[in-house]
Amino acid sequence: MTYAFAARPVIAQSAPVMTAEAHISIDAVTKIYQTKSGQVESLRPIDLSIRRGEFLAVVGPSGCGKSTLLKLVAGLTSATSGTISIGGKAVSEPPDGVGIVFQNPVLLPWKTVRENVMLQIRMRGLDPAKYADAAQRLLKTAGLEGFEKSYPWELSGGMKQRASICRALVHDPEVLLMDEPFGALDAMTREKMNAELQRIWAESRKTVMLITHSIPEAVYLADRVVVMSSRPGTIEAIYDIDLPRPRPLSVMGEPAFIRYTQDIRKHFFAQGDLDH
Amino acid sequence: MTIAAGGDRQVQVRTTKMSVTNILARVATSEAVKPLLLILVILIGWDLAIRMFGIPAYLIPAPLDVVEQIVLQWPLLLRESLPTLYATLCGFALSALIGIPLALLIASSRLIESYLYPLLVFSQSIPKVAIAPLFVVWFGFGMLPKVIVAFLLGVFPVIVSTVLALKSIDAEMIDLARSMRSGPLRTFLQIRLPHAMPGIFGGLKVSITLAVVGAVVGEFVGSNSGIGYLLQIANGNFDLPLMFAALFVLSMMGVLLFWILDAIEGLLVPWHESRRRDLREGA
Repeated sequence: MTYAFAARPVIAQSAPVMTAEAHISIDAVTKIYQTKSGQVESLRPIDLSIRRGEFLAVVGPSGCGKSTLLKLVAGLTSATSGTISIGGKAVSEPPDGVGIVFQNPVLLPWKTVRENVMLQIRMRGLDPAKYADAAQRLLKTAGLEGFEKSYPWELSGGMKQRASICRALVHDPEVLLMDEPFGALDAMTREKMNAELQRIWAESRKTVMLITHSIPEAVYLADRVVVMSSRPGTIEAIYDIDLPRPRPLSVMGEPAFIRYTQDIRKHFFAQGDLDH
Repeated sequence: MTIAAGGDRQVQVRTTKMSVTNILARVATSEAVKPLLLILVILIGWDLAIRMFGIPAYLIPAPLDVVEQIVLQWPLLLRESLPTLYATLCGFALSALIGIPLALLIASSRLIESYLYPLLVFSQSIPKVAIAPLFVVWFGFGMLPKVIVAFLLGVFPVIVSTVLALKSIDAEMIDLARSMRSGPLRTFLQIRLPHAMPGIFGGLKVSITLAVVGAVVGEFVGSNSGIGYLLQIANGNFDLPLMFAALFVLSMMGVLLFWILDAIEGLLVPWHESRRRDLREGA
């Protein structure tokens, strides 16, 4: 198994060529929250394009608005100014071809694993019979075979999050949005989940936007890593991760990998946001 | 060596002793026996206290007299408990049928909440015992005032619990529903309502015990049937054993209704944290 995109050329972010193949484009988007104590500027103008089939990771200090950025793309909140479009269509409400993995698995405790995955289908008013096979296949891929009839509270944290990834993928969306999906997991489970996510992505070739606060996770998974500054959030740098795929977990020990993580970490040192 | 053998024998004796106490302990701590055991202890204490301090029967009857009265007056007690049960169930049904939709309204809109909720709290602070005679004046003798008092006592916990349960849903869960492009009705039926079920049942369980109290209060002030009426008659005749017997029947009614609700909850909400213990222990 070799992947064509292993040798993908490095394209500079500012190159206008990008817009031609952009799947998600974010143009001059800002977000200002109204709170009791006044206005809070969450995002300064953000411009970003994500290619079709690209795995993009966003890292940044907590409170930098990276989760807000994801919610904007998901259509769960609206931008103060600027536009976001997916596949050429402006996002004003949650779009059709999007699946979201939240920080917590948010599985319904009164439904089995399979019912939780199929929730995506039922809530969208799609025909469950058509998607039953897809659900079963995803559960198998995610290593949840034999747990279809288990309830969420019978699963470990990693299994719950895998079920929620299946739920995000079952309706075969073009775009997968993930908001710090592995933040609550222990380091070892997290690495395992990263490897599995890479495999699932390689098989499905979705356009992925992953929000994370783990630099190694971002470098390991992504084609490009976007570094955000602290509030109000802006894009500070974008790194093309030119590591061959599929990437084994051992890639994390290689000099090239370490160089990427160090380069990215320097931004946080400069911002004074790294305290470990 | 002999010391060791002696030690062994001692251990053996201790283990057999342990197993007997183990069995006793297991029986004593089983869920069904625990409350019965406590009742037995209270009854013995009650009986002893009457004998030791020479408490006259017109102040506190002896437990055996009460038991005798329960057995002797069983047909009467059963007959009189039916109207009380009927009023309780009607009041409870009204509490659920009116309380839950009201709670839905309150939880769905800030505006409705700000108008309605303070008024409900205000009305709840009026002592129902004080206004119960008014219902007799308005609605006459009989079933209706009883049902109304049972309803007024029972509805408040249903509303408070349901509002709380509906409101305490994760923002992420609502985001999930929105991301699936689900309409408000589907979100309510698939996510909000099932999520609130344990809280709603919590309110219903408090409500049903209060509905029993409400029905009896209604019977106190204006009725010629029911356990409340019987209690008043017994009180007037200084028939304390009958009074205690009536109280016993009343308590049993409350316990029974509570258990039935609890069983229904177990069927409808088997997934809740409070019900998982058995499953975990089995695993």
